[in-house]
Amino acid sequence: MAENTKWIISGAPHIHGSESVKKIMWGVVIALIPSFLVSVYFFGLQALVLTLVTVAACLVFEFLINRFLFKRACCLGDGSAMITGLLLALNLPANLPLWMAIVGSLIAIGVAKWAYGGLGNNPFNPALVGRVFLLISFPVAMTSWPCARALFGGHTLTDAVTGPTPLGIAKEGLKNGTVSDLAGQLPSYAEMFFGNMAGSMGEISAIAILIGGIYMLCRKIITWHIPVTFLGSAFIFAGILWMANPEQFMDPVFHLLTGGIMLGAVFMATDMVTSPMTNKGKLIFGVGCGVLTILIRTFGAYPEGVSFAILIMNAFVPLINRYATPKRFAVAK
Amino acid sequence: MKTFNIGGVHPHDSKLNADAPVKELPVPQQVCVMVSQHLGAPSQPIVKKGDKVKVGTVLTSNEAFLGAVVHSPVSGTVNKIADVVDASNYPKPAIFIDVEGDEWEDDIDRTPDIKREITLDAQEIIQRVKEKGIVGMGGACFPTHVKLMPPKDAKAEFLLLNGVECEPYLTCDYRLMLDHAEEIMIGATILMKALDVKQAIVGIEANKPKAIEHMSEIAKKYPGVSVQALKMKYPQGAEKQLIKALTGRAVPSGKLPINVGCVVDNVATCYAVYQAVQKNMPLIQRMVTVTGPCVSEPTNFLARLGSPVSAFLDAVGGVPENTGKVISGGPMMGKAIMNTEVSSVKGMSGILVLPEESAHRLPLYPCIRCGKCVEACPMGLEPYLIASTTMAKAFEQTEKAKVMDCIECGCCQFTCPANRPLLDCLKLGKATVGKIIRARNAK
Amino acid sequence: MNDSTTLIYAIVLLAALGLVLALILYLVAQKFKVEEDPRIDQVADALPGANCGACGKAGCRDMAVQIVKDPAYTGCPVCNEENVARIAEILGRVPEKKDPMIAVLRCKGGKINTEGKVRFEGLPSCSYANSVLTTESGCPFGCIGFGDCTAVCAFDALHINPLTGLPETDPDKCTACGACTKACPRGILEIRKRRDEEGRVYVGCMNKQKGVYSAKVCKVSCIGCGKCVKTCPQNAITLENNLAYVNDALCISCQACVEACPTHAMTIMPLDKKKAPAAPEATAQTI
Repeated sequence: MAENTKWIISGAPHIHGSESVKKIMWGVVIALIPSFLVSVYFFGLQALVLTLVTVAACLVFEFLINRFLFKRACCLGDGSAMITGLLLALNLPANLPLWMAIVGSLIAIGVAKWAYGGLGNNPFNPALVGRVFLLISFPVAMTSWPCARALFGGHTLTDAVTGPTPLGIAKEGLKNGTVSDLAGQLPSYAEMFFGNMAGSMGEISAIAILIGGIYMLCRKIITWHIPVTFLGSAFIFAGILWMANPEQFMDPVFHLLTGGIMLGAVFMATDMVTSPMTNKGKLIFGVGCGVLTILIRTFGAYPEGVSFAILIMNAFVPLINRYATPKRFAVAK
Repeated sequence: MKTFNIGGVHPHDSKLNADAPVKELPVPQQVCVMVSQHLGAPSQPIVKKGDKVKVGTVLTSNEAFLGAVVHSPVSGTVNKIADVVDASNYPKPAIFIDVEGDEWEDDIDRTPDIKREITLDAQEIIQRVKEKGIVGMGGACFPTHVKLMPPKDAKAEFLLLNGVECEPYLTCDYRLMLDHAEEIMIGATILMKALDVKQAIVGIEANKPKAIEHMSEIAKKYPGVSVQALKMKYPQGAEKQLIKALTGRAVPSGKLPINVGCVVDNVATCYAVYQAVQKNMPLIQRMVTVTGPCVSEPTNFLARLGSPVSAFLDAVGGVPENTGKVISGGPMMGKAIMNTEVSSVKGMSGILVLPEESAHRLPLYPCIRCGKCVEACPMGLEPYLIASTTMAKAFEQTEKAKVMDCIECGCCQFTCPANRPLLDCLKLGKATVGKIIRARNAK
Repeated sequence: MNDSTTLIYAIVLLAALGLVLALILYLVAQKFKVEEDPRIDQVADALPGANCGACGKAGCRDMAVQIVKDPAYTGCPVCNEENVARIAEILGRVPEKKDPMIAVLRCKGGKINTEGKVRFEGLPSCSYANSVLTTESGCPFGCIGFGDCTAVCAFDALHINPLTGLPETDPDKCTACGACTKACPRGILEIRKRRDEEGRVYVGCMNKQKGVYSAKVCKVSCIGCGKCVKTCPQNAITLENNLAYVNDALCISCQACVEACPTHAMTIMPLDKKKAPAAPEATAQTI
């Protein structure tokens, strides 16, 4: 009997929804485009080059690891390595030496992803692991932030001026002074909202991130739970501190608009693989991330705490999954 | 609009050619009647080779409480009693009858008139339902008379009629509600009398506005019967979900609908009850939807039981060229069949022909832990967890994850973006855990 | 000067600490010492050590405890002669003789002798596929070939032959623990006597359907013709439900039935022990 005339026997269901891993992954890539464009606009060619190098490095490492360590057909098509590359790039300062970005990619793909068994098995967000590895290994390069300047502002790769991020300014300033001393040093909220400040490539523009986030919400790639609770709990916690002592703590709006909290809440914490399975779990996860971020920012050694907060909460995900079970049918409300 | 509270998916409803009139399937040369067509204790044939039978002659006996008998759907001679393959090619006993003429048992009322007056009392109704071999026609084939005899400690308050038909493609219940609304209402009244309940609710999904309108219109004439439109969501036709949607009550894990005062029957069952009680007609034929994306003219057939699947396919112009899968039932819960010699049974609501390109399972990706299966599960389970513990053979964990509550609706697998065979794993886990529990209880 | 004093202090202090702690450890170990028969460890060493569970104990060590404690205990079902001899030597008992056993597959269908009529897609697990279909060829009793048996084999003795799609027993590794017979949803695998010298004879088919049906789905099915029953000089073969069965206790491996079987369902293993009457039928046998 010819191969194509055989009927197929399989268990129910015989139809499938329209969701697929590929669609989800490429959906995230699309959602990242606004942030990427903004970073290119503000940091110029070097942002573009750095992104391309990181993405290419991630794809190459993914391919090599599959081909030579696991000895199987490659799965670049699922787009997950592409996302890791993009997210890693958006988490780096635009003027980072390219070889460092490549090292970061290797750590992200090789250590954070494939050492655990590849897509779906990694407990920690690969891009964040890559970023934190770089931050700890090359603290100077990773905290020399180029100032955001318009693409056509006439600067070249070499003369980029570096400066601290608003969070860095606040951290330094609050060590010996008060909030009112900082007046004039910080960019305005409008500038922060649109991205005209120093920082890593993807985190500067809140508006671009929000556009991507809304796109992902509409496509049902993410749910509202993590971003809302992450930002909400950070806002409330920072608000409580600020109300307790407005001279010693920055106001909550400042915390939401600066640093990687937007990028983290929308793109990093919502990573399906490393976030809890149930909506209840996602709420716990989001609150944990938000509170930890503000704790690290205000009381920790680093000016920024989003990466660490998310990684710490990643470690709690199996525990959260265990206890945050979904609402069962027919159990008393 | 009402619906059930958690989970569920929205497959495209694909109700092809739903408004086409019902056709009668020509009686085949030979029918092959499965001896046991219900859930419960198997029946024994009481006819032997060479016996002459009429339409409606009793073919089997079943003394068990959870038993239902089978009647001859045709008149003719018993050719043989032999094993025949069922949908998955397992041999099952069946009675082959060579068709000769069309002679009916004398006590069957074949007039088309609608008989409204109910003369039997509750006990007689239950007895009649049992004698005429009525079983649940939604697919589970649970003997209907058993549902009409609630245990002493439970009292039925609601009769719920399932006209949801949430399975994509199937339209047989829809046609039945349009063509025989009156009979369904009388059937409902009969069931209400047997159960001694005052209220009956017909649940119909919003994608069938004509049926909702027509049934509501007819229901006005029948006290106690009402029609409730329901928001489209699969698996609304599942018993527990339907009860939740219509009454807001939740059947606890391991309990039956009667424990929350509900009895659920399919509208087709209700029609069969009308036929049995008012017309003395045993369950010998049913409505079967023959459909599929490449079937030239999807049609609902009124067909005698025991007709082979091939007869249905011939009636719609043969098996389409690029057929990849033939399914008995709907696409979400139906069973793929191996050959077209399989004969139709009481629970077969549809024959779905899928073309080659949509018959295959999609390429597998690793689980990306997106949690969509958890969100889709109407029972609030964690399919990913049950699947992974089953594959790791950690059946204690599988049991703790409440695998026995799974209703095998397939929402998890339908929604999984990584195309994981979740329901396959769940069924395996449920079967294995079921065995373990039974072994433990036997001790 | 000051530095070296610190250094000396540190060394002396640590050494003293080490000594004191070692002493405490020694005393505690002495105090809580559990007197255990040293032979238990030796016996545990002599056991195969696969923790296969065939004996019903919690593992090989648990089994060793049982063997040492109870002289009447017959012992590990998977031990080979060498293991048994070593244990007997440790315990000073007479090594018991038992017939060596092996797992045999009572189905010869597979990819070559049956024709796949449909294709199965889904979870590659025999127990699951068993609920969805019979086999791709339509035999309700035959081997499905997804290897539930190979997955449970603790001795790496069962492997699916990609050519036939059937599991094959590696006679050098199989210990007849019986795990595979329990894993198979259709009970196709059976533990039988090895008979490495003269060959083990069994019916390579489980099909209980009538001959007309079973012949339809498989070239080498037992059609229940009963020729083997008549040929057997030992009356070792019974025919029930259209299926022949060779009683292992009575069989003398004379192979008369193997020659008589019209469908070659009657099987002799290992193949080189087969007496060669007619050459052409070897094709069905080798595969």
